[in-house]
Amino acid sequence: MKAMNSSAALDKQESIGKPLVRRRGLFYHIKHDILLYLMLIVPVVYIVMFKYAPMYGIQIAFKDYNIFQGASLSPWNNFATFKEIFSSPQFFQVVRNTLVLNGLDLIVGFPAPIILAILINELVWTKFKKVSQTILYLPHFLSWVIIGGIVTQLLSPTGMLNSLITHMGGDTLPFLTNKYAWVATYSLVGVWQNAGWGTILYLAAMTGIDKQLYEAAEADGAGRFAKIWHVTLPGIRSTIVLLLILQLGNIMAINFDRPFNIQNNLVMDFGDVISTYVYRVGIQSANFSVGAAVGLFQSVICLIFLVTSNFISRKLGENGIW
Amino acid sequence: MSQNVKKRLVDYTAAFIVLIAVFICLVPFLYILSQSLSSNRAIISQAVTIYPIDFNIEAYKVVFGDAGMLYSLFYTVILTAVFVLLALVVTILAAYPLTKKRLKGRSTLLLLMLFTMYFSGGLIPDYLNIKNLNLLNTPLALILPGVMSVYYMIILKSFFQSLPESLEEAAYLDGCNELQILLKIVLPLSKPALATVSLLYAVFRWNYFQDALFYITDQDLYTIQLKLYNVINISQQMSGENVNVNLPSEALKAASIMFGTVPILLVYPWLQRYFVSGIMIGAVKG
Repeated sequence: MKAMNSSAALDKQESIGKPLVRRRGLFYHIKHDILLYLMLIVPVVYIVMFKYAPMYGIQIAFKDYNIFQGASLSPWNNFATFKEIFSSPQFFQVVRNTLVLNGLDLIVGFPAPIILAILINELVWTKFKKVSQTILYLPHFLSWVIIGGIVTQLLSPTGMLNSLITHMGGDTLPFLTNKYAWVATYSLVGVWQNAGWGTILYLAAMTGIDKQLYEAAEADGAGRFAKIWHVTLPGIRSTIVLLLILQLGNIMAINFDRPFNIQNNLVMDFGDVISTYVYRVGIQSANFSVGAAVGLFQSVICLIFLVTSNFISRKLGENGIW
Repeated sequence: MSQNVKKRLVDYTAAFIVLIAVFICLVPFLYILSQSLSSNRAIISQAVTIYPIDFNIEAYKVVFGDAGMLYSLFYTVILTAVFVLLALVVTILAAYPLTKKRLKGRSTLLLLMLFTMYFSGGLIPDYLNIKNLNLLNTPLALILPGVMSVYYMIILKSFFQSLPESLEEAAYLDGCNELQILLKIVLPLSKPALATVSLLYAVFRWNYFQDALFYITDQDLYTIQLKLYNVINISQQMSGENVNVNLPSEALKAASIMFGTVPILLVYPWLQRYFVSGIMIGAVKG
């Protein structure tokens, strides 16, 4: 097969009529770099078995999936699964919830690390700065199971925050039990987990800003805030745009661990998102075709969003993600 | 003079706000720690805040006396170690050849790998794939599907590319083949990057919960996260129905959370710089 390819390539070259520059055939390249190709076998097998094989399984979204017949032999169902999910109010509810929660992360969660990074950058005591950064990064390294446990303990009607509120004469707040309050809780827990870690790229961009710019601004009589506004922020502009595109592109993507570990039965109207819905319908109720169809819908929308936001960013003259 | 005062004022204000943020990061831990060391009565009467009341270590005795919990911890340590080792090997095997610009098919392969970062089969096709491979309820279900992260592979690849090419060329002229170059020259020079990528893999495996929930039903194969999830949520149901003051459920829950957190707290401060450098290498586009 490989030898045939190389001779075919040679034939083609001769027929074009410029055999003077002898181009090496594919076989030559494979023989020359045989060790490199051998190394690649393991990762390629991995990618095929665990990334592309599941993509082949997407077809069950278009079929009446039968466990005994498997994905290939199950009969096509003429988009019945999609008709089913598009007529289900619950599907639209989980799509809405996913968009709302991600939208809030964009509005509340996105600016938080920028503000925090600017504050850290303004700190003049090195030791204090280092220690604060270490502590601020920490929540990023906890699993959502643990964060979920902490959140329940802290914010339940009998948790610390509510006992402090009642001590000061207030009424308990339903952080986890009222669905509107829960949405705010979800969003703020995200800030708690990620704001510190999110500062790293901004801080790195800030150290890259030319010191002379600050000196020049000072010579022009700029104060602290003017320097932040006119030097620091423009200095991290491309980082902001890049991360914004990435997050905008992922507006339909939602991980599983975070919503699953923070949600509870009382707030499912707002707390149930695509990932947790697919788990419940697809795996717990073994409704594989519906689960796969919802997943495919999400993947396709995600891809469209990513490509679009990348395109827009390039039009704006910024770096894209690819 | 007033300029100086104003400057100081800004310094202190910034420090104060950062201090509040640090405080907000720490308070939940202090709360859980004090709960785990308090009596259940104190917790239920809502007296516990950021220091223990009726100090005792009963809850920890229960957690450490629970063979299942210790087993789960031990099992997850082994699982993480095996995963990191395999993942590192596979990632190197992909990253090194893909640094060679002369390699035929390199860009196609790279594109096929990058594509999987932006499009995937989804949860259900992934699940059915694991099921078809007969991996459900085996530790391999928690190892193989994530054994190479394309993102970390790119991080490592960018690092390899940053090494001076002349070293490899010299070794090549001395008669080393690509494998020898990789083992004797590239890898020894890449220790910081390898440490970073290993740690990223380790934290991922240690914290990841979803795959264990999906693929594992056999209690003997529960990871520490799945085990904790059950402890936290089962005792929640219990305390909701019949509150038994003698049963240290709240303190036990808190002690379990600490049990899962302490391993991270122990290693994190020493390894923090590697994570930060990983983010930085990743940010430089490869």
